[in-house]
Amino acid sequence: MENKVSKLAILTKGIIKENPVLILLLGTCPTLATTSSCLNGLGMGVSATAVLICSNIVISLLAKIIPDKVRIPCYIVVIAGFVTVVQFVLQAFVPSLYASLGLFIPLIVVNCIILGRAEMFASKNNAFDSALDGIGMGLGFTLALGVMGAVREVFGAGTILGIAVPFLSAHPIMIVALAPGGFFVYACAIAAINYFTNGKAIQKKEFGCAGCAMASTCQQEKCLAELEKGAEA
Amino acid sequence: MGLASILLGVILVNNYVLAQFLGICPFLGVSKKLDSAVGMGVAVIFVMVLATAATWPIQQVLNNFGIGYLQTIVFILVIAALVQFVEMALKKFIPSLHKALGVYLPLITTNCAVLGVCISNIDEGYNYIQSLVNSTGAGIGFLLAMVLFSGMRSKLEGNTSIPACFQGVPITLVTAAFLSLGFMGFSGLV
Repeated sequence: MENKVSKLAILTKGIIKENPVLILLLGTCPTLATTSSCLNGLGMGVSATAVLICSNIVISLLAKIIPDKVRIPCYIVVIAGFVTVVQFVLQAFVPSLYASLGLFIPLIVVNCIILGRAEMFASKNNAFDSALDGIGMGLGFTLALGVMGAVREVFGAGTILGIAVPFLSAHPIMIVALAPGGFFVYACAIAAINYFTNGKAIQKKEFGCAGCAMASTCQQEKCLAELEKGAEA
Repeated sequence: MGLASILLGVILVNNYVLAQFLGICPFLGVSKKLDSAVGMGVAVIFVMVLATAATWPIQQVLNNFGIGYLQTIVFILVIAALVQFVEMALKKFIPSLHKALGVYLPLITTNCAVLGVCISNIDEGYNYIQSLVNSTGAGIGFLLAMVLFSGMRSKLEGNTSIPACFQGVPITLVTAAFLSLGFMGFSGLV
């Protein structure tokens, strides 16, 4: 590689420094929706990781063959293929997890982390590096979802991985496991990171286009800039 | 299930954004200004209904051939192609509508709420009419959440009493939590 990034750095950057959920603020929908319990969060994380690693490898191998103009639809087909495989595997071996994740398994297709890594990393690097990147990003995603799921499960249901926690199991704060709690716990996690790093870790001050996988193809940023100009005029 | 209860249920009780966490990215990203929030919301209703109108019959065809499992691949491609096609058609034939909605269309392609509503129509076993009503409701719910949220966010602008670590993204999420809390009051309505 031209800028001599070590293999280890590729592997580890996704876990802490560029954690997709907590630092890059990507993949918000599955993060909020599947972290009502620790096991669900981990299940979602592992499923998405499997898809991410496979799609990263295949896309990096195909990157030279795919014409530039149709690359996004091609990436989506590759990703959707692997999502279908994961869907079958979950349905066959862990039907209970399949039932509780439900709609969010097929929706891995539109997870912006996966498309984002395809566009930003896999299409420009070799298969081995892309696999490492997939493993790192996937671990970061799984870790973040697992931690958020654990927090919401402990406070919302008074259990951790199904095991009762003393005191809290008698006084669960149910709202934490429900929809508003998802937004709130995520907000607190980001605020905590801001607090401990003095606001340096999270570059993104607002949800916007910078991190979005589609940024290079869709003209949202341009459109929104035009809209704002229109509003001012 | 009555059409009215499907419609009310998906707008208020199971609001796509606030209760099911679908379409969070545009909800947080495009809700800063009321104008763009309304534009985005209307475009989402439009695409959701169109996508459902196209994908529901396709699922029946897939089921006929016993390849219903190809749902995910087929749906996402159909939606992506449809959105592109609609954008071109609007540009050519109804430029005024394109001017109002066109900018939002490309970003809706990979919006999980659109794929989500198409798949959940199939999962719920709705017939064609019920699916269309459900999609319309999901879109209206999205628009409602966007408009309410952009109103709440405008109050945050320039507010200096927010602690430093909560400024920006975290306070936006806390605001969304309160809106979601409000919508929980509708549970049990349908």
